[in-house]
This record gives sequence, C-alpha cells and structure tokens, in this order.
Amino acid sequence: MPAMHVRLGALAAALALAVAFSTAASAQKKYDTGASDTEIKIGNIMPYSGPASAYGVIGKTEEAYFRKINAEGGINGRKINFISYDDAYSPPKTVEQARKLVESDEVLLIFQSLGTPSNSAIQKYMNSKKVPQLFVATGATKWNDSQNFPWTIGWQPNYQSEARIYAKYILQNKPNAKIAILYQNDDYGKDYLKGMKEGLGAKAVSMIVAEESYETSEPTIDSHIVTLKATGADVFFNITTPKFAAQAIKKNAEIGWHPMHFLNNVSVSIGSVMKPAGFEASQGIVSSNYYKDPTDPQWKDDPAMKAWNEFLDKYYPEANRADSAVMYGYIVAQGLVHVLKACGDDLTRANVMKQAASIKDFEPAGLLPGIKANTGPTDFAPLSQLQLMRFKGESWELFGDVLSGDVSG
Amino acid sequence: MSAAEDVVAEGHQAVEAVPKRAMTLGTGTSLVVLAALIIMPVFVKNFIIFQMTMLLIYGLAVLALNILTGGSGQFSLGQSAFYAVGAYTTAVLMEHFNVNYALTLPIAGVVCFGFGFLFGQPALRLSGVYLALATFALATAMPQLLKLNFLEHWTGGVQGLVVTKPDAPFGLPMSQDMWLYYFSLAVVIAIYIFSVNLLRSRSGRAFMAIRDNEIAASAMGVDVALYKTLAFGVSAAITGIAGSLGAIAVQFVAPDSYTITLAISLFLGMVVGGVGWLPGSIVGAAFIIFVPNMAEGISKGLSGAVFGVLLFLVIYLVPHGARQVAILGQQLVGRLRKN
Repeated sequence: MPAMHVRLGALAAALALAVAFSTAASAQKKYDTGASDTEIKIGNIMPYSGPASAYGVIGKTEEAYFRKINAEGGINGRKINFISYDDAYSPPKTVEQARKLVESDEVLLIFQSLGTPSNSAIQKYMNSKKVPQLFVATGATKWNDSQNFPWTIGWQPNYQSEARIYAKYILQNKPNAKIAILYQNDDYGKDYLKGMKEGLGAKAVSMIVAEESYETSEPTIDSHIVTLKATGADVFFNITTPKFAAQAIKKNAEIGWHPMHFLNNVSVSIGSVMKPAGFEASQGIVSSNYYKDPTDPQWKDDPAMKAWNEFLDKYYPEANRADSAVMYGYIVAQGLVHVLKACGDDLTRANVMKQAASIKDFEPAGLLPGIKANTGPTDFAPLSQLQLMRFKGESWELFGDVLSGDVSG
Repeated sequence: MSAAEDVVAEGHQAVEAVPKRAMTLGTGTSLVVLAALIIMPVFVKNFIIFQMTMLLIYGLAVLALNILTGGSGQFSLGQSAFYAVGAYTTAVLMEHFNVNYALTLPIAGVVCFGFGFLFGQPALRLSGVYLALATFALATAMPQLLKLNFLEHWTGGVQGLVVTKPDAPFGLPMSQDMWLYYFSLAVVIAIYIFSVNLLRSRSGRAFMAIRDNEIAASAMGVDVALYKTLAFGVSAAITGIAGSLGAIAVQFVAPDSYTITLAISLFLGMVVGGVGWLPGSIVGAAFIIFVPNMAEGISKGLSGAVFGVLLFLVIYLVPHGARQVAILGQQLVGRLRKN
C-alpha cells in the first residue's frame, strides 16, 4: 500500500502542478516583436509587378481573407495587420523587403513569400534572425528541411513528390512505356524532371526517350511537340505553365499524337488551360490535385465552394473566379489563421513555429475530400497528399486513393 | 563619307559634351558629402544601413556606366551581365574555394575587365543604338547562360548560391551590416577617386575626344579602337566589383537577380543622375532604389505606372538630371553671394 500512496501523492502533486502551470500560462501573455493585445503584424512579399505578377492575386486574396477575419473579431481578439510588399520577383529586392518587414515594420513573421529564388534569397537571413518564414508559396522540395532551417516551413505538395506519383503510376500501368518529357527550363521544371527520374529509378535511362526544354520567352512550343512526337514516345509528361500547357494539348491533337498524357498540377485549371485548349483535345489527360478547381462544375453545390463564393462576394468582388490562385490564397490564409489560433496568448516566434510544426489533420475549406494538412517536428511539408484525376467531358474525374509522396529537401 | 558623318552627328546628339571639370564636385562639397556618409550609420537602424550599402553599390554600378557613356560616349544596356559576372565570381570563390571576401573583389574586377574588353572588340564596329542593342542581347542572354547545365556545379543553376556575410574583422564592435557599409564605402571612395583621375588623365581626355568627335580624335592620334575597348573594360571591371559587393550584401546570387531589368535600372539611374556627372551616380542610384518603394506606397496595383509617371516628371522637368539641379543650386548660391 505505501507504494500506492506514493503514487497517488505523486499524481496529486502532478495534477496540482499542471493546474498551477496551465493557469499561469493562460494568465501570462507572451509576445515577441510584432504581436500585442490588439494586433498581430504579419509580413508578406509578393510579385505584384514583374514577370510573375499573375501570382500577385494570391497576396490580394490573403489580404481580403484577413479583412474578413478582422471583421469577424480577429484571432483571439487580436486584429491581423497584413503588410504586403512587392519584390517584382527579383531576389535582391526580396531581401530588401524582408529586412524592411523584420527590422523596420517589426512583423511577427513573414507569411507566404512567393517564388523559389526569392525565398532562397531570404532563407538564411530569416533563420539567423529566428523569424518564422511561414508557409512559403513555392512547390520546390527544399523547404522541408527542419534540421538546417528550423524557421522555414513549406506549404503545398512539392513538385518532386508529385512527379514520383506519376512515375509510380507509369511503372504499374505501362511498364514498357517510352516517355517523352517537355519541361520549362527553370527550377520548377527541373524539380519535376528530377522527381520523375528518381521515381522511375534504374529504369529511367531506358524509359525516357526524349527530354525537351523551353524558355518562358518563347512565343510557342509547337516545334518541341513535333520533335517529341517524332521520337515515337507513347507517354508524354507535360511540365508546363498554363499558357504553354494549353498550346501543348492543342498541338498534340492537331498533329494526331495521342500518348498517355500526364499534365503537371501547375496547369490543371479548367478555365485557363483545358477550355482554351479545347475539351475534345483534353480527354483522357491524367493529372493530380489537392484542392477543388473553382471552374470544375462538379463542385458547384459544394459547401466549401459556396463559402468561398460568399467570401469573394463580400471581400474581394473583383476577383477572377476562374483563377485557381484565388482558391490557393484562400486555403493557405486559413492555414495561418489556424496556426495563430493555436498559439493562443503565447505569440512568440518560437511558439508560432512550434504550432506550425504540430498541425494534425487540419482540413481548410477548399481541399479535396480526404486531403489533410499534417506537420511534425521533422515534417515541414504541411500538404503532401495528392489525388490522381483524369479529364472526362468537361471536368476532372478523381480516381484511386489519396496518394502521398513525401520527399524531404 | 556620309555614313561617317551620320555617326558623328548621332554621337553629338546622344551624349552631350561635358567639360571634364564639370564632371566632379568641388573639394568642399565632396568633404561634406563624405563626412555625412561616414557619420550616418551611427544613428540609424541596421535596415537603413543595408539600404545605404545597396545605394553605394548601385551607385558604383551607375558610375561605371557613366564612365562608359558620359566619358567615351558608348551606350550599354548590358551592364547587368557584367554585374552578374562579378557577383558570381565572388559567390563561387567564397563558397567553393573559401577565398576571403575582400580578395574576391579584385579578382572579380580583373575577370570582368577581361570580359568587357573582349566584348568591346565586336562592339567597336557598332555605335549608337546598334551598340545598345548588342549589349541588350548580352543582358538577355546572361541569366540563361548562368543556368547552363555544365556550369550548374559551380553556379548552383537556377537555385543560385547562398553567400556568407563577413563579420567585422579585428573584433571591431560593429554589426555585420555596419562593417559591410564601411567596407563598401572605402571601395566606392577608392574607385571614385580612381575614376576622377582617370577622366582627368591622358586616357580620360582620349575617351572624351572620342565621345565628342571620333574622326577628329583619330586625326589627333588617338587609338580609337584601343580606347573604346579600354572604356568598356574599365566600365565592366567597376560594374563587376559592384556586383561582388552586391552579392556579399544580399548574401545570395541567382540568375533571376540579374535580368535585363537591372541593366535598364542602371541606365535609368545614369540618366536621372546626369550623364557624365560622376557624383550624380549616387543620386541616380537613390532614384532606382527608393522611388519604386515610394511608387508602391502610393498604389500597389499600379506601382509600375506611378513609377513611370514620376520618371516622366523628372525627365521633363530636369532633363539633365541631378547635374542640372546642382548647377542651378550653384548659380543660386553665386547670386546670393553677389548680393
């Protein structure tokens, strides 16, 4: 019995301690630079001008979403002050803006800075200053590296894991395929290419019969398609941005090349790719996604889509609803709100990273059914699931299970 | 003969002759500016110091263009390429070969001098807008060249290279930013003095003779081909050193940092600062760094348009840039003294 007593005593003591601790924690508000009783300052850097200005919509959507949150009373009573600067997609400018946000505006964290080169440019600075670089807006694989960069965390499924999913599918369904690849000659294109080659493993050398790259400055990629067709390939992996994706699909149909066509997730928008390319030509294309395409009729009566439309009506009426970037911004803004809510009254930078790294089965409105955000101390890739889909009629038809292809950077 | 006359006439219109004394500031003014530049960092935040460092660096790059255009009368829209070569030379030497950052500057200068001198050879056959176009091609090609596969091992390809920022030496009690500012300031002052002396020397007179009238210059015995390529080389070398400093200050190099936009910005800086007026380089650099921020403050969606309007106003009101403002100021002071 004495043992029991000791245990009970210990339990009681532990309980008392826990109670004391939790009340102390809830009573004591902790703040770092950028947070106060009334306000949380969030920094953001977007290419509102320059070559990638089409993505500026993401920043505008996020700003609108935080206006909605503020109008509804803010986060635990605090208003979000969203300070968004333009870097024109130029890395030196990103560094300048990041330093302005951290040292002059004194934000709590930088959220959703966009672009791989721009984020690479500030990663070291952010980590040496110990300021969270939260949910970066890029699909590069390198952001999932909690070991070396504990203050940088990614957001969307990365390009390499997506390519691996296609590779797995090819190996299962068409093991003797002859693969032709068209990719954009930059970090994004090469990341996909790498994922595909690693996914195919030792068979990559024999299966990939052609690789063509194009520059974004080229007016059309028709000649590349003709070259690829001439190789006699029966699988086509299309790593192109929307404008070029539409051209490629159209050209394929024109010259009568009908390989098994894999299209990267970057260009799955029905409004800006499939429709301009022609629904006829788009039949049977395989791709993958993690959020609902607002132009896809199958989600017309979906509650998440309705909420999204209501939000846009009220806070961002001029938004182009066919632009998937608007949906992207809507989802990731919910991610930030989720993390800040979880922080409670402990709005320190360390706690922001801690909460960002302990997301469990979070499902922001707009994700495909079954896809959840999850993070852990060594898993800095919140979204890493995708679902395969095939284009049929005028919309994407999801098939198979939700797949995961985690790759750490 | 008519073709040659055309070229000469074109040269006249494009770059106005600036007498060499009018290219610099008086001693008194120089000392005041210098004192301000030295004292300032003590009073401001690190972020402002960083911006001032960038100001000095872009100022240096604009100065280099000023020597080329204001001095020898040749146009270049390709300065971003030389800037990139300098930046990458420093980044690769520092990160792959562990060379001390200060040593990479002269190396970058020499590499860029060679690069500029070589590029000057074909450029000899071109003048005016044609030369501008040729250099434009260089600037457009550079980011893609940096992405080439066989260079990727060193340049890091599209991902770029991260550069380590140096600490202040000898245990000096100052932040990295402040140290880098003073380091850049020392380099800029040294190059500024070199440039002023260059333009006052025999070579400088040769540059200006070529700018003012190529045929007359060659009649006087100036080796036109040599001095034209030399101007390109010197300009490229200084731009390269600016690029090196830029890489250290920004701590990152990537092909996207050195696009044609940078070249156009530098060109803009030169025009706003006053073509051929060396101190104007800093004013021009201030314009290309701070005015886009101001424009963004006025309207986020239309920042480009606002910037355009501001630029238009400057060109319309003071077509000779900061130099004109300085001359006006000087005249005003002179008149006050007389009274």
